[in-house]
Amino acid sequence: MNESDISRLIELTPTETVTHTFVRDVRLPSGRVLALITLDNGLGPRRPATLGPRGLLELADALDELATRAAERAINGVAITGVDGVLAAGADLGLMGSLPDKSAAETVSRLGHYALGKLATLGVPSFAFINGTALGGGLEVALNAHYRSVSRAARNLALPETYLGLVPGWGGAFLLPNLIGVDKALSVIIDNPARNNRMLDARQIKDLGIADEIFSPVRFIEDSLTWADRVIGGETVPRPFRPGKVERTVTWDAAVALKRKEIVDKVGVPSLAVTKALDLVTAAKDDDATAAFTREDVALSDMIVSDQFRASLYGFTLVNKHAKSPQGAPDLSLSRPIRKVGVVGAGLMASQFAMLFARRLGVPVIITDVSQERIDKGLSYMHGEMATQLARGAVTPDELNRFASLVSGTVDIADFHDCDLVIEAVFEELGVKQDVFRRVEHVVAAEAILATNTSSLSVADMASVLQRPERLVGFHFFNPVAVMPLVEIVNAPDTNDVTLATALSLARSLRKTAVITADATGFVVNRLLGVFLGEAMRAFDNGTDVDTIIQAMSPLGLPMNAFVLLDLIGLKVGAHVLDSMAGYAPERFYTSHNLHVLAEGTGLFERDTAGKRSGLSAEALRLSAEGNHPSTLSEVYGALVDSLAREVRIMLDENVVHSAEDIDLCMILGAGWPLHLGGLTPYLDRCGASQRAFGGTFHTPPIRGVAAS
Amino acid sequence: MANVFFVDGVRTPFARAGEKGAYWTLRADDLMVKAVVGLMNRNPSVPADRIDDIAIAATTQQGDQGLTLGRTVGLLAGIPETVPGFAIDRMCAGAMTAVTTMGSAIGMGSYDVALAGGVEHMGRHPMNFAEHANPRFLAEGIFTSAALNMGYTAENLHDRLPHLTKLRSDEFALRSQLKAATAYEQGHIQPHLVPVAVETSTGVTLVDRDEQLRPGTTLDGLAGLKTPFREHGNITPGNASPLTDGATVALLAGDDAVREFGLHPKMRMVSFAFAGVEPDLMGLGPVPATEKALAKAGLTMDDIGIIEANEAFAVQVLSLLDHYGIADDDPRVNPWGGAIAFGHPLASSGVRLMIQLAEQFTIRPDVRYGITTMCVGLGQGGTIVWENPHFRGVQS
Repeated sequence: MNESDISRLIELTPTETVTHTFVRDVRLPSGRVLALITLDNGLGPRRPATLGPRGLLELADALDELATRAAERAINGVAITGVDGVLAAGADLGLMGSLPDKSAAETVSRLGHYALGKLATLGVPSFAFINGTALGGGLEVALNAHYRSVSRAARNLALPETYLGLVPGWGGAFLLPNLIGVDKALSVIIDNPARNNRMLDARQIKDLGIADEIFSPVRFIEDSLTWADRVIGGETVPRPFRPGKVERTVTWDAAVALKRKEIVDKVGVPSLAVTKALDLVTAAKDDDATAAFTREDVALSDMIVSDQFRASLYGFTLVNKHAKSPQGAPDLSLSRPIRKVGVVGAGLMASQFAMLFARRLGVPVIITDVSQERIDKGLSYMHGEMATQLARGAVTPDELNRFASLVSGTVDIADFHDCDLVIEAVFEELGVKQDVFRRVEHVVAAEAILATNTSSLSVADMASVLQRPERLVGFHFFNPVAVMPLVEIVNAPDTNDVTLATALSLARSLRKTAVITADATGFVVNRLLGVFLGEAMRAFDNGTDVDTIIQAMSPLGLPMNAFVLLDLIGLKVGAHVLDSMAGYAPERFYTSHNLHVLAEGTGLFERDTAGKRSGLSAEALRLSAEGNHPSTLSEVYGALVDSLAREVRIMLDENVVHSAEDIDLCMILGAGWPLHLGGLTPYLDRCGASQRAFGGTFHTPPIRGVAAS
Repeated sequence: MANVFFVDGVRTPFARAGEKGAYWTLRADDLMVKAVVGLMNRNPSVPADRIDDIAIAATTQQGDQGLTLGRTVGLLAGIPETVPGFAIDRMCAGAMTAVTTMGSAIGMGSYDVALAGGVEHMGRHPMNFAEHANPRFLAEGIFTSAALNMGYTAENLHDRLPHLTKLRSDEFALRSQLKAATAYEQGHIQPHLVPVAVETSTGVTLVDRDEQLRPGTTLDGLAGLKTPFREHGNITPGNASPLTDGATVALLAGDDAVREFGLHPKMRMVSFAFAGVEPDLMGLGPVPATEKALAKAGLTMDDIGIIEANEAFAVQVLSLLDHYGIADDDPRVNPWGGAIAFGHPLASSGVRLMIQLAEQFTIRPDVRYGITTMCVGLGQGGTIVWENPHFRGVQS
């Protein structure tokens, strides 16, 4: 390592939370001596240890000293572990995200290899005792050691780098496939991060072959030491998954190629991080650590300075920190307790609410509808869902019994008299909803909170018929209710703080992320989906080839294209969203007559016998052909991103939400906007749309990499 | 009546109490769990779900020594939830009482296998006996304030038995240290220690030795120590047991279980007794307890080949020996040293005495009977008479 590079890196990172290296000699049962390294930042379980330049240098120095002692035969082995259920939570991300240029990024990449790599070259066997969380660089600490044990209690084990816009570049991309084979390594490096950053547990990393042994947490260190003693004494550690010649020469490339194709089929163009990670794993078949670590240095430093890493870090912070404290929230201690919930409606959405309330709040939930038949249908849907969960082992028979005792139905709204909260999910029509709330208000207590799940109507218009309009709040879930993490809490003009606080507390109890929005048409998600779907339909109606539209919109990296999304939510719902947005601002939102035609007709897609989409329907093709001034790919793309930038700017100017961060949080959690672009607004800044739409940027400075500097 | 066997026993290394001690950062229940898992691991032929009960003692049953230790420890140790457990307290004789209680259940045939042990983390749970004592004790003269502080009771013992001088106490203490050091050198102690890993602020450590041994002790050194309980008194940190953290546990079984699981018992329980004395002179407790236990067994002190007496204070062991006319340096007494050297984590010490007696039985086939005995706060004593299954004849 170059001294001046290191000094510069240290100067650039004055805020590093240093994870220290402690070394204690331990007598093993045989009488051998093992040097036990502990990584600890001294901050307790709430601040997991991370790795930064000072910490890595401290570790490197300690390992150098141990290598000397090993050469003097003063120690027979070295092990590394952590405290408080954490080995290490990986590189210090905030610090990585603050590096100003490529040179600093290269230094930190090399420093990781420099320090961690010493674990493999001590002259004595090295062990990692994975006592708990080992993420990214933390797991790479373990991979660089010769042998690994894991505590059965460990859960957060992963190489999440590609989720964060990085690559496992401190040895992971090379060491892992060479330890457990290319297929399993790809599942850890590529698949799990792509599945919303899925973590592995101790059993899984043992089964994968990452850990050689798994021990009870009660005597984890003690048992690991006894095992290490046996290994040092010559006991063989089987490595059943280490790739052989055939895998390296025949199947390796094919496995990576297959994975690449799988990603392309699923999400279109893979992100830069995924591409680089795949390239590193491909090259790892050479089994040449020195060459591999140089490749990793290049790839990791490229990613550290990339747009993707900075955007991912922004998105990650949004989802993990910003989401925890909704902007504009009143004092949550104002919240009213909710001891019973009433749900008006027994349709699919209403039934999903009822289930969620009963299961998460553990309070009685009563549903009502216009007929006993509809109520029975709703109840039977819920019981069916619970039975499925029981069969899958997701709930216990006791939980099922409790659920059954909590949920009931009534045709008599008077039975709602002791509900602390009543939420409606009836037909999306103002008059119908007003009528519901009028009747509900007649029976409930004066303090009861009322909520609407409307997606497009004005909450204020609903409140206008109430004697106490201040107790009505919008509570907009997304479908499927159990899965989608977002709730838009609509703070209507009359909504008071007690009502708003109760809604926010409720969202938290339901384990949903709440974003407070104004009572503006479409709130956040549907309004921007209105732009997205509207622009797609505008191009469709113009006669633009559907593949061109899909391709034009693909840089936004959404989980599905506009047409599949329309098909999934239902063309009627889609048409309704477009109509209501166009009704609100016809000059900015497009509404498509053709969409109504398709909704009433054969739909957008043909389906094969298995129900899979097999191509556009004849009717869709016919309608598309009627368009006579098709747009080019770049026109479609430009119109889309510029419209989005313009609309977001208007939303912020109208105070629909409190910040661009709120918009991005909504789009990431409510519409699957990709984290690796940083949600929506950083992307609009980077692609120039913000500049074109309103002559500025949403973020100052824009959220982008420093590759150019 | 079934026979009651001490099958095996282990303990954690004993560590200095307080923030400089090895276990300062470790919870007491976690320490106890380490001992239990260590015991089960080295007795793999006993299925965990066949344990009938778990009795765990602690003197201060609050916080990490509260919540019904026997039950919590069983669950934390991964023993099946079908195995019950309870907490027990007789101050210093907690683990001893756990053993006699479980032994009684085995003896009357209700239980086949039981765990009995104790823990005291004196760093996390200092002795504050006066704090919540009923005011009537002092107001009505049931005992004096000395009874609530064991050091004062030991000073009182010197007053009662003035021929047991400070010098004799110091000499006894010196021998305890030297005998313990020799036993360590000869490897008699280590096999029954369960090493304990501890997360400290300066890295993870492995505690695999008793922390407070002082093999370099000299009589001159002892003579110069302060007497914290009384000006110009007799009790010093050198002739008393140090404040200690530690945990012990024993595996007990009856005849059927011994047969079924192919166990090799190390001791057979012959009889036991607890007895009370003046609370201000609690150190005298072993005298009546031993009298009773021997009488029950139909034995006399002459039949006893090894005496494992808890050295809460040197003078308190001397008072027992004095009663029986046994010399201070009789080789039958604490042959491998005692609590003055190893430490005395109150409620756990009873099983330490048994572990050391059992180990001596295995190498002393000439000894048929031994006792473990200890004094108890508020004026009690406890004694168990044990028979050596390895006995080949000869004793006395």
